[in-house]
Amino acid sequence: MDSHSPASARWEHFPHEADMGVRGIGATREQAFEQAALAMTAVIADLSGIQAQTPVDIECEAPDDELLFVDWLNAIVYEMATHHMLFSRYEVHIKDRRLSARAWGEPLDRERHQPAVEVKGATYTGLRVREEPNGQWVAECIVDV
Amino acid sequence: MDLALFVRHDETRWEIAPHGAMRVPAVIYATEDLIRAMDDKVYEQVTNVATLPGIVQASYAMPDAHWGYGFPIGGVAAFDPDHGGVVSAGGVGFDISCGVRCLHTHLRVEDVLAVQKALADVLFYKIPAGLGSTGAIRLSHTEMDAMLAGGARWAIEQGYGSEADLERIEEHGQMKGAKPGNVSDHAKKRQRDEMGTLGSGNHYLEVQKVAEIYDPEIANAFNLRENDVVVAIHCGSRGLGHQIGTEFLKRMAIAAGQHGITLPDRELACAPIHSDVGEEYLGAMRAAINCALANRQIITHLVRQAFAEVLPKARLSLLYDVSHNTCKVEEHEVNGVRRPLYVHRKGATRAFGPGHPDIPGVLRPVGQPVLIGGSMGTASYILCGTKEGEMRSFSSACHGAGRAMSRHAAYRQWKGRQVIDGLAARGILIRSPSSRGVAEEAPGAYKDVTEVVDAADAAGLARKVARVEPLVCIKG
Repeated sequence: MDSHSPASARWEHFPHEADMGVRGIGATREQAFEQAALAMTAVIADLSGIQAQTPVDIECEAPDDELLFVDWLNAIVYEMATHHMLFSRYEVHIKDRRLSARAWGEPLDRERHQPAVEVKGATYTGLRVREEPNGQWVAECIVDV
Repeated sequence: MDLALFVRHDETRWEIAPHGAMRVPAVIYATEDLIRAMDDKVYEQVTNVATLPGIVQASYAMPDAHWGYGFPIGGVAAFDPDHGGVVSAGGVGFDISCGVRCLHTHLRVEDVLAVQKALADVLFYKIPAGLGSTGAIRLSHTEMDAMLAGGARWAIEQGYGSEADLERIEEHGQMKGAKPGNVSDHAKKRQRDEMGTLGSGNHYLEVQKVAEIYDPEIANAFNLRENDVVVAIHCGSRGLGHQIGTEFLKRMAIAAGQHGITLPDRELACAPIHSDVGEEYLGAMRAAINCALANRQIITHLVRQAFAEVLPKARLSLLYDVSHNTCKVEEHEVNGVRRPLYVHRKGATRAFGPGHPDIPGVLRPVGQPVLIGGSMGTASYILCGTKEGEMRSFSSACHGAGRAMSRHAAYRQWKGRQVIDGLAARGILIRSPSSRGVAEEAPGAYKDVTEVVDAADAAGLARKVARVEPLVCIKG
């Protein structure tokens, strides 16, 4: 299992037979969402090679935390596809059922980033957003590649 | 999986009796070895599908079934619109109308071996592959809508191929009932520069040699001989299909409660066929089918250009074009009565048997070609639909090998260069923009496609006709 841990917030991949599971863990729901976005980006390319230069604003809305989480990941997929960018830093704010975020990244450079695979979309399979008894937030689902 | 979970009806038919909320049985077609090796999640997913409203006869899984999202990959289910039947965005998946097209080159293997490297290089140069690759075509808003309504027929009208190609494509290259107006601006924006691109992941373009013929009579009807050279194109509806899948999955998941549908898994998001969101999805999904058909048609044109440069004597004609992620209205016999059903195939190939009116006249006496992709180092198969498949699985067969190992485990085990060199030593040339992508798609990460195909043949879902082996593989 791959992981990355600045302070208490971290991300992981978890195995799925054909696709890939992404998991974000943090002190808040926002942090868990940010970390899961990093996990999804790491499915595509090595995060350390992506410069957090240019910001892109992302907004989405959904009736519950889990739908909001999948919406968030899918909004990133959309921004990556239409801007031809990869992101390596995310900042998430959630108020009620509305998420507003900023992602920082740079234009995709196929030579330098060596993208392994495109994420087609985040799925509702293996989907969980919850606060653990220890107070940590976990957000996870399977992404289709 | 534990064999005790099933009632075994014959060598390859494994049934799960309805229990809990299941409305019909679940049936898996596979050998004992394949069943044992299948993930427990297949059991959960194939039985979940059996709970959906209006499902007819059984929820099926093909021999290559594996853990998907919502439906298992390799899942087949048909719904009756007049009995509350549903259409499921999760049952089609993100890569709407992903499929395989096979072209006969009318070349022999020795023709290709003489210029194999040059051919690999030209194909790799011509065909955009991998994440971030873009096609040369930019469609205006009006052209985009024309493409979404016209499919491969639209592409041919733009000069990408000839009329003769159409009869060898499901739906004659143009899915009826497509509603470009139901496709969001977001979906169209994602497709803006992706026409004629292969995509990434398990998508590929291969030059293959016919290695072995199993059924000479059908092979003859398919015009296949040992050592003939064919081209296989595996790709789908690109960003447009992914976005449509994403958007309708959410809408259907939210609307399910309003329609009185209890979802055992949100990924099974569905809506009554006769509902606003159901009908809207069908129109958008059919537009995405046309996008995939147009995409494979444009790639065919690029392949023809590449061959014209390197092997001018090649003449590339279609054997067939199949889609394996769809929902289509088909007539099937249930309890002695023929009726129109909404057949979902998620990672399963339509496999009409001999005599079916929807297959071209020249192939009708034998049945529809069924194209099964393997991994880049092993083999792919060409099968043919059967009469008995109609009763067994709504005329459906498997679609590929399925992974044996996660992408992550594969990347840890292999390096891209090592995979490419190993295959080159065996006469298989790989071209890919991504070394990590090649490692994640290493042949060893896939199950043995032969076992899956033999099971489909033994179960009578489709008949084995020929095995083809790669000479060149362009990997996205």
